[in-house]
Amino acid sequence: MFKWNTDDFSWVDFTIDVLRVIIVLGVVIGAWNTLSSGRISFAQWVNLFAAGLSQGSIYALIALGYTLVYGILLMINFAHGEVFMAGAFSTVFLAEALNRTGFLNAQPLLAILLMIAFAGLVSMSVAILLERIAYRPLRGSPRLVPLITAIGASFFLQYTFRGLYGSGFKAYPGVNALQGAIVIGGISIPVVQVFVFCAALVLMLCLYWLVERTRIGKAMRAVSENKEVARLMGIDIDWVIMFTFGVGGFLAGSAGVINGLFRPQGVNFYMGFIPGIKAFTAAVLGGIGNIPGAMLGGLFLGVIEAIGPNLVLAGLGIPGANQLKDVIAFTMLVLVLIFRPQGILGERLSETKA
Amino acid sequence: MKMLRSETSRTVLSLGLLAGAFILFTGAVGMIAAFHEREVVDRFISLGQLLLMLAPFVAAYLGATRLDAQGVGAQAMLGGGIIVGLITAMPTVILLLFNSDEFRFLLDLTLKLIPFVVATVYARRLHKSGSDQRLIIGSWLAIVVLIGIVTFSFALIFEIKGDLRSVLPNISRDWVDVVTFDNRNELMTGIFALLLVSAGAGAAGGIVYNIPPVPRKALLYGLGVTLLVGAFGETVRLILQENVDRDTLKQIFRRDTLRQNPALLLFVVSTVAGYLWAMFGQQARYGFTNLEPSRRRAVNGVGMLIFAGLLLMLPWLIGRTLSDVAVTIGIFVLMGLGLNIAIGLAGLLDLGYVTNYAVGAYILAVLTSIGPLGRLDGVFTFWMVIPLALLAAMCAGFIFAVPVLRMRGDYLAIATLGFGEIIGKLAISDWLKPLIGGAQGVQAIPKPIFLGIELKNPEQLYYIVLAASLVTLFVSIRLNNSRTGRQWMAIREDEDVATAMGIDTARAKLLAFTLSAATGGVAGAIFAAKVGTVFPNSFTVFISINVLSLIIVGGIASNPGIVVGAVVLIGLPELLREFSDFRFLMYGALLVIMMIKRPQGFIPSKLVTHEIRAGVKAKPAVAD
Repeated sequence: MFKWNTDDFSWVDFTIDVLRVIIVLGVVIGAWNTLSSGRISFAQWVNLFAAGLSQGSIYALIALGYTLVYGILLMINFAHGEVFMAGAFSTVFLAEALNRTGFLNAQPLLAILLMIAFAGLVSMSVAILLERIAYRPLRGSPRLVPLITAIGASFFLQYTFRGLYGSGFKAYPGVNALQGAIVIGGISIPVVQVFVFCAALVLMLCLYWLVERTRIGKAMRAVSENKEVARLMGIDIDWVIMFTFGVGGFLAGSAGVINGLFRPQGVNFYMGFIPGIKAFTAAVLGGIGNIPGAMLGGLFLGVIEAIGPNLVLAGLGIPGANQLKDVIAFTMLVLVLIFRPQGILGERLSETKA
Repeated sequence: MKMLRSETSRTVLSLGLLAGAFILFTGAVGMIAAFHEREVVDRFISLGQLLLMLAPFVAAYLGATRLDAQGVGAQAMLGGGIIVGLITAMPTVILLLFNSDEFRFLLDLTLKLIPFVVATVYARRLHKSGSDQRLIIGSWLAIVVLIGIVTFSFALIFEIKGDLRSVLPNISRDWVDVVTFDNRNELMTGIFALLLVSAGAGAAGGIVYNIPPVPRKALLYGLGVTLLVGAFGETVRLILQENVDRDTLKQIFRRDTLRQNPALLLFVVSTVAGYLWAMFGQQARYGFTNLEPSRRRAVNGVGMLIFAGLLLMLPWLIGRTLSDVAVTIGIFVLMGLGLNIAIGLAGLLDLGYVTNYAVGAYILAVLTSIGPLGRLDGVFTFWMVIPLALLAAMCAGFIFAVPVLRMRGDYLAIATLGFGEIIGKLAISDWLKPLIGGAQGVQAIPKPIFLGIELKNPEQLYYIVLAASLVTLFVSIRLNNSRTGRQWMAIREDEDVATAMGIDTARAKLLAFTLSAATGGVAGAIFAAKVGTVFPNSFTVFISINVLSLIIVGGIASNPGIVVGAVVLIGLPELLREFSDFRFLMYGALLVIMMIKRPQGFIPSKLVTHEIRAGVKAKPAVAD
């Protein structure tokens, strides 16, 4: 950790090491203070953990889109947060319509499935259009060029949807079947959280099956391994890339619906930006380009974000710690990028990718 | 079917559909209705209507260019123009029908038919290419189900909501009024009017292409000048107000819009001027290049002097309101020049530039405020704090730069974006509230005092911004040609090679970040003094994106480009208030289009252009 060998002493390394020590000390002291004060009971910890897990599974679904695209094109699809927003924002209207006909509460499972399919397909179309119009002409250019394009596309999409659907917040109607809580051993966990976690898990398993067990999944893996060789093997690269964007978009759109049912404050055109960056954090955390990594990274980030403010920040005597939830997430982003850019499960990736 | 396949008809069709999609999009996001508020020529044409005509006009003109290349005659070009115009109007006409009460059933029908039509067309294509039966049926079913889920859901939404407007608020009465030319109640008349206008504009595009170059240039020039003056009527009026007496002004403008007769006069005058320029401009330019070098330098010098004089006199010429805009533009010029040190010179894509801006603003606010949060009771003045703001921003830049030194280009961009968000959240948090006021921010920041005069007007603040911008411009030109500048360039092109050449990349990058931050800090401090209050909401990622856009649009690493970029991208939404709702829509689209079509920017730096011409990867200076 510390290199006191004067020959290759580098003050950049030194500063980063000092930073590392400060952070570890801060976390340890904060956690110690909180735990020793006993301000938060075990049941509350479990609740925070469960909430973090559900939030994290939403991040994981979005993160998969980043990771899939990165794995194939080595580009950060910065506009992916907006793809998520597109599905969530469009489906609000469908949810309202289903609620008004009474179908939503009569057949909650079918209605939610329909909403997920609708949101997924809308997001999928946005993602495919994005790839076709903005990214395809720039394939093969230096990494920062598509990144700037993606930033542009991100703001363009935000304000397009603001223009289309208006700038106000719109809330998803409540589903009766998701109200209430499950009580296990004196700890009550809201049903909606369980639902979010399970839905995300099912979608992730579907993706895993798609990538590992189907022909197109095999083609995706081949393209991500080596585009030129894949082309020689007769794989239609353009089609595979489009499909990848589509799959990422579908997952993001479905995450949008799940998120809408989970969070009561509603959706608007700006809702995708912050979750987008957080999901990117999750993807890097798990090792970008690595599918199980993105799932793990999402869950991990969600839990840290839920527990971090109460455990560490409150312990350090910072008031209003829960306001700083986002700060924890973004600090995680910076820390991972500094200390372990290849992520938790990133060893499998070669030097050129990470 | 065969006719559709010919190259000519494909050109016409694709251009028409592109323009039609543009019109439909601008209508659906509310641009057309918003622009209709602004009249270009009094009781004659509004900006929204202009947009409706400009799209078919431009599409037909481009179509004529392409048809000409295909060897089509002038009459066919005219016909092509009319058809482009008609096709352009089509999507809007269809939406109008969907939106009307009598024809709403068409929307339902279309949405329900789409999946079957698309699937059948695709299946036919598969059939022709000789795929086997099972695949064809399978893909037909899959497409019907996938597209069906979306379109049937939309059909359900519109059926239950009753009309389009409850989902798409901008498909409103105002929109219908604009696109039907105020024939909301007689829809068929309105549609006819729209088709007529659109076809007319298309025909005009075809005709204009066919008139000889000199009159064409003159005509387009005259039209352009008149429409620009009309669109910026408010601005022009504000400038004239300073220099022309009230009665004359009243004859030219009705409130903020150009009256018809002055518009006609302006059109004639500018067309004549354009004609003269088209006839003799080439000669004049030729004469200038053939002057003796000393003479040429003299002419250039006089030009520079006039420009400098204009720059100094600007606040008197344009009045208070526009001076305020000029100060805002100046602040962004400052930031653009600053961020350009990182992005343009050293190739470090810093998306958290707002951090430095916020640090500068908050330092000034806390140190000089005479409100409850300023506990120093006016010990510090503006002039003492400016260097402190600069130093503080440099420190912040340094602190944030050290952790990212080892990061690769795109990770660096995201990490700096993260820093920007962290600063924003911290500024609004309860934790730092005792220090910087949380969401309420810091109030009561006194204006700077110079030689006993309180600089409270934008006219006076303008000079501070101007001075700061000139200093920054000087520094950045000098840096560009210095040893450090060369090091940055080397890092920008290839970091590994730069290291191998013995450049201390860590030091050079830190320097780039720190210097770039310093400018941001000064810009923030001037902003705080100008506004008088500092809120956390003024420091969002949008500031960084603003600055990034103006650099990319103007021209990366090009100082004149950045100034022009700031004037256009910041000035335009400030002057045309109808625009300001759509500024980020415009910036986003511009970033994408520039990266694809013109990565070097509109006023590119010589070096970047050279690199692109030489084929050093046909991309801008932002390297990996």
